[in-house]
Amino acid sequence: MSEPLIKVEGLYKVFGPNSKSIIPMVKEGVSKDDVLAKTGHAVGLNDINLTINKGEIFVVMGLSGSGKSTLIRHFNRLIDPTEGRLLVDGIDVMSLNASQLEQFRRHQMSMVFQHFGLMPHRTVLENVAYGLTVQGVDLATRSAKGTQWLETVGLGGYGQQYPTQLSGGQKQRVGLARALCTDADILLMDEAFSALDPLIRSEMQDQLIELQNRLHKTIIFITHDLDEALRLGDRIAILKDGKLSQVGRPEEILLNPADAYVEAFVRDVNRARVLTAEVVMKPPAYRLTTENLDEALNQMRGWKEDYGYVFHEDKYHGVISQKAVEQACAVDDANPPELSDIVEQGPTLQPDTILQDALPVTLDSEFPIPVVDQDGTYQGTLSKRDMVDILANSNGETADKDDTSAA
Amino acid sequence: MAAESWLSEFPEMERADLVAIRKGLDAAYRDFSRSYGEVIESLFDPLLYFLVWFEKLLLASPWIVVLIVIIGLVYSASRSWKLSLGVIASFLAIGYLGMWEDTMRTLSIITVCTLLSIFIGIPIGISMARSDRARSVITPILDIMQTMPAFVYLIPVVMLLGIGKVPGVIAVVIYAIPPVIRLTNLGIRLVDKEVLEAAAAYGATPWQRLWGVQLPLAMPTIMAGINQTIMMALAMVVIASMIGVKGLGQPVLKSITNQYFTMGLFNGLAIVALAIVFDRVSQAYAKRTQKHLGGPQDV
Repeated sequence: MSEPLIKVEGLYKVFGPNSKSIIPMVKEGVSKDDVLAKTGHAVGLNDINLTINKGEIFVVMGLSGSGKSTLIRHFNRLIDPTEGRLLVDGIDVMSLNASQLEQFRRHQMSMVFQHFGLMPHRTVLENVAYGLTVQGVDLATRSAKGTQWLETVGLGGYGQQYPTQLSGGQKQRVGLARALCTDADILLMDEAFSALDPLIRSEMQDQLIELQNRLHKTIIFITHDLDEALRLGDRIAILKDGKLSQVGRPEEILLNPADAYVEAFVRDVNRARVLTAEVVMKPPAYRLTTENLDEALNQMRGWKEDYGYVFHEDKYHGVISQKAVEQACAVDDANPPELSDIVEQGPTLQPDTILQDALPVTLDSEFPIPVVDQDGTYQGTLSKRDMVDILANSNGETADKDDTSAA
Repeated sequence: MAAESWLSEFPEMERADLVAIRKGLDAAYRDFSRSYGEVIESLFDPLLYFLVWFEKLLLASPWIVVLIVIIGLVYSASRSWKLSLGVIASFLAIGYLGMWEDTMRTLSIITVCTLLSIFIGIPIGISMARSDRARSVITPILDIMQTMPAFVYLIPVVMLLGIGKVPGVIAVVIYAIPPVIRLTNLGIRLVDKEVLEAAAAYGATPWQRLWGVQLPLAMPTIMAGINQTIMMALAMVVIASMIGVKGLGQPVLKSITNQYFTMGLFNGLAIVALAIVFDRVSQAYAKRTQKHLGGPQDV
């Protein structure tokens, strides 16, 4: 699954007339501002090392001026690095000559732009099929593929319109269709949704996730919006002043920020909407391994807690309190009931449930809620306490937000 | 005292030296034009043949045929009946007032000058847009071409090629070509950087970027340049008539020397009518073909 597709090694980019000579200074650790003041050269990227895996959405997050747009333009060499190596699927991108580079751009990668980059003198269909036009594909194939991708992004009837006739969201769908139309495996998305209004943006994010579940592209997504990064990213890189602050999965970034900068960033994130049950749950415990009431009671007496989880053929069955077992035992019966007869079904959580959705159930329940996957396998538990710890652990403001969203 | 005379009088070079420089340069250029004039003139022969052929075509065809062709062109370019009717009316008035032949001559030379300016000017404009060095060399030359009084560069042209149509065309082109060059350069430089980046990101060759993106998107600006070029060419017609270019300019020149006010006015108005026709038709064409460019892209 995690097969590296793109490797960036020691990438530096300095803007200015004599950029090569500045590299030693940058390597010594002179700050971006000092370099600019002393030499008039702007440091764009500073020692970037990344591995991007096949089939993942890799988000590069940073504020304006952090070098994120510069970084994405290195992947298809719209910008040449001052120093460093870039390997895509084993190809050293820096070694390509002009015509090899054209072939590489035609077949390996496609790009979606912040302000769409559509050609106003071409129809929507011609725009979508632009990559194929450049490749010299014949008109019939172009129209067929273009129409197919337009339908995929939900703009079936718009082929003969011109870009000026479309709304922002529609334009970016055209941009997306254009990128998909060349069947390139790698998609570069440069702040693709940043110019759209919030509602359209979240619609487009959903569409991208849905498309990705079907197409399994490798997507490099640039954004300045942490919520977007957390929502889309399988992994996230945080860029500051041309340097990588942290690279990791969303929950790693959220729960273990590498430095003060990242911490300041994630402080305002609504954790309840990002973290899933899987991430916060405690490892599985209090597992009753018997069907017999007396044995169960013995087991439970050995525990700290006064409840236990009941399983049936290794699948989660329900929860039961010590009291209930004691009561059942107290009834002197010739045919004592089995554990599974008196068990409470009780609520369960899926591993990928976000905390916001898990919150009401967790607060309502007497016992920690078991997290059970689709096969019925018991993965862990989520208690009120775990929930409060994780949500209150961020600053007060976030906790307030969570309260209101839970109410 | 020497100091005083240096302050009160500008320290000029010796009159004799100045004369020597003038004479030397004039003689050198005269010798050059004597020895190479014919060779250079023969280089322009194809242009001359085309000019003569085109003028004869316009003059020899029955006026009604010429008018129908013109209206056909006007309508297919502008798709406007109103404009076409206006053109018919102005050409009928011109013919009725006895200026048909001169108008045809002017029309032919303007057409040739405009085409020549476009074919020379657009590639120069493209090279200026592609290289800052080319731009820094060409811009001052264009400044000189636009500010140097037309009579000044008529002199060497006439010395080299004599009097007639070809020197006339060269003078008109020198005068009229700067706008199309400048605006081609400007138009290409103004093309949205992201659109160009998109073309590059999809693997377009420099040639595909030029023809598929830069020129089409620069077209409104280039058309404005062509429009200006046509207007300037028309304005130059009167001056060009001084070196033997026939057409509406010659009667104007004659009326200046003889104080024929009405004749001057009529011929002047005919030039204005031609200018308006060229202007409106080229603008209507530009507007119709570029409606999708729709100004700056909505962001």
